[in-house]
Amino acid sequence: MKINQMHIRSLSIYLTLLFLCTIGKEGLAQTPQEKGLEIAKERKLRDRGWEDSVAELTMVLRNSQGQETERAMRLQGLEILDGGDKSLTVFDEPKDVKGTAFLNFTHAREPDEQWIYLPALKRVKRISSRNKSGPFMGSEFAYEDMTAFEVEKYTFKYLEDDTYKNRKMFVVEQTPIDEFSGYTKQIVWIDQERYIPYKIEYYDKKDSLLKTLELDEYELYLDKYWRAMRTEMFNEQNGKSTELITHEIEFKTGLEDSDFDKNSLKRAR
Amino acid sequence: MTRIVSNGQGSSAAFALLALLCAGSSSAASDIEIRGSAVIEQRYFLQDALYDEQERANFSVYGEAEIYKAFNDGDDSISFKPFYRIDQNDDERTHGDIRELIWLHVGDSWEMRTGIGKVFWGQTESLHLVDVINQTDSIEAIDGEDKLGQPMVNFSLIKDWGTTSIFVLPYFRERTFAGIDGRPRFALNVDTDNPIFESSDEEKNVDWAARWQHSIGIWEIGLSYFDGTSREPILVPELDEESALLRPYYPQMQQAGIDLLAVMGSWLIKFEGISRNTTAEDYSALVGGFEYTTVGVFDSQFDLGWLMEYQYDGRDNTLLTPSQNDLMLGTRVVYNDIDGTEILFGIIQDLDESNSRSGFIEASSRISDSWKWRLDAWFFSSNSPEEPIYQYRRDDFVQLSMEFYF
Repeated sequence: MKINQMHIRSLSIYLTLLFLCTIGKEGLAQTPQEKGLEIAKERKLRDRGWEDSVAELTMVLRNSQGQETERAMRLQGLEILDGGDKSLTVFDEPKDVKGTAFLNFTHAREPDEQWIYLPALKRVKRISSRNKSGPFMGSEFAYEDMTAFEVEKYTFKYLEDDTYKNRKMFVVEQTPIDEFSGYTKQIVWIDQERYIPYKIEYYDKKDSLLKTLELDEYELYLDKYWRAMRTEMFNEQNGKSTELITHEIEFKTGLEDSDFDKNSLKRAR
Repeated sequence: MTRIVSNGQGSSAAFALLALLCAGSSSAASDIEIRGSAVIEQRYFLQDALYDEQERANFSVYGEAEIYKAFNDGDDSISFKPFYRIDQNDDERTHGDIRELIWLHVGDSWEMRTGIGKVFWGQTESLHLVDVINQTDSIEAIDGEDKLGQPMVNFSLIKDWGTTSIFVLPYFRERTFAGIDGRPRFALNVDTDNPIFESSDEEKNVDWAARWQHSIGIWEIGLSYFDGTSREPILVPELDEESALLRPYYPQMQQAGIDLLAVMGSWLIKFEGISRNTTAEDYSALVGGFEYTTVGVFDSQFDLGWLMEYQYDGRDNTLLTPSQNDLMLGTRVVYNDIDGTEILFGIIQDLDESNSRSGFIEASSRISDSWKWRLDAWFFSSNSPEEPIYQYRRDDFVQLSMEFYF
């Protein structure tokens, strides 16, 4: 009995010491990789629990001469807590693709599952998700820029603290794990208070700056979820840009798994 | 400073949002969606026609609209899709159709469709063997992808283990064929006014069909069964002193089908197979191959896709079966530009008759938000009179369309 108590006591001292050591390590000897991962995990954690969302979006495509074309679409998202999120995109404009719908199941480690619905043929086509580096609807956004952020898709490295738009930021480098990503790395400016990105630089396969994404007009939903109402992707190499404007977004609308299958894809309008 | 500005924009955005919502909800009660397209088409044939009645050039216009209304919070909807074409030369091609007039009800894990509708089954690109619900509107285009509206009652059960659909098809639609002035056409006129049915109920024979479809990992799997009037007629020559005609004969058929697709990285593997029993003949047919896509070729933003499909059909000698032992090779170039420019080239080579082949080009691009141009071209070559495309050997054509979307 006595021996047991003694034993527990020494064990607890040992554990306390171990705990202190760990804190010391975090405070002093945390590697840039560990800190980068910690920031990414916190970013994902703070965005948990939104359940589902329904949004109306416009894309404004601009060429280097400043000529504009618009795309209109609606986006439904479903949060899957123990896996990748699901999304359904329905195109409204241009009119020749009206009713075309795109279903994506994001997976952290395996390739995403994707289907496209072609209303004229009433045909649902499974497509290869390896085409992630290709342009989305002729815009400066690639398919992979449009999918949900998942921690497992990258390795991270904290670079430095910075001030951007008068706010304190972490600057974190994230490297896509998937060899079929169009990027060698992305550099993300993450707000230190809100843990949301304000700027992302995308580096191409030759490791030169390809695109810069700026995220603006953040609004807070349900007292927890920050969403940028206006984001703009600038192509630094060809002078084109694409602005993505969110006109309306609602959360927790009651969407279910059954709203994100091939049958709902056919019904999407 | 930045934050103040951003808040200001935020509240004006909120007002705009509110206005949008009000407008949205007041119009929702009577919200009827209308969309559609109107198309003008000019076809030019590269050779003189085989038959006196045919012309070198043909002009055609068509329109299609979709009128849609949802009610019961979207659980019910009605969709009406009329179609009409006017053709300069071919009276048969001047025709209309109700592509869709259908009521859809969506339950918890089921759907019910009642009315005239269209259904697509299958996975391959060059041939659609398992897809037998709708009749082909073959006068519309060479590729056979245009379909006539099919009267149906369709119940679908949607479960974790797949989607199971049952179809009852109470009325049969006859296949369309080019008239005597049409081009391309068969050597003999098809007497579409006097079809022959095996069923004594003729076009009122009640057909039924069932299908199960599911996605399992990288696989898409479909199994189907059809029992009823064959959509594909046998063309029976009728020769008398005054005339020579082909009469379409529609036998009863039972068809079991399987369709598969597997995603393997940049490769899509596709397969369809059928086993068909009719009173005239029992046979199997299959089509299988792959589609391989490379993105950003030559450091550009282009996608380049390669398609190869092998076609086999167990029938020996039928006017409507060009796919006995053939190979389709194709290339798809997707420009990924703002205008959505795409080009598809293809060739279908007969492996039995080396001189029999057909080639096609399909290209399209947007001119503005509402206008689009499209170019279709077909080339036919054959020295073998027993080959179906021999009849099209002088019908190479190029067609330019201007499409207006509303």
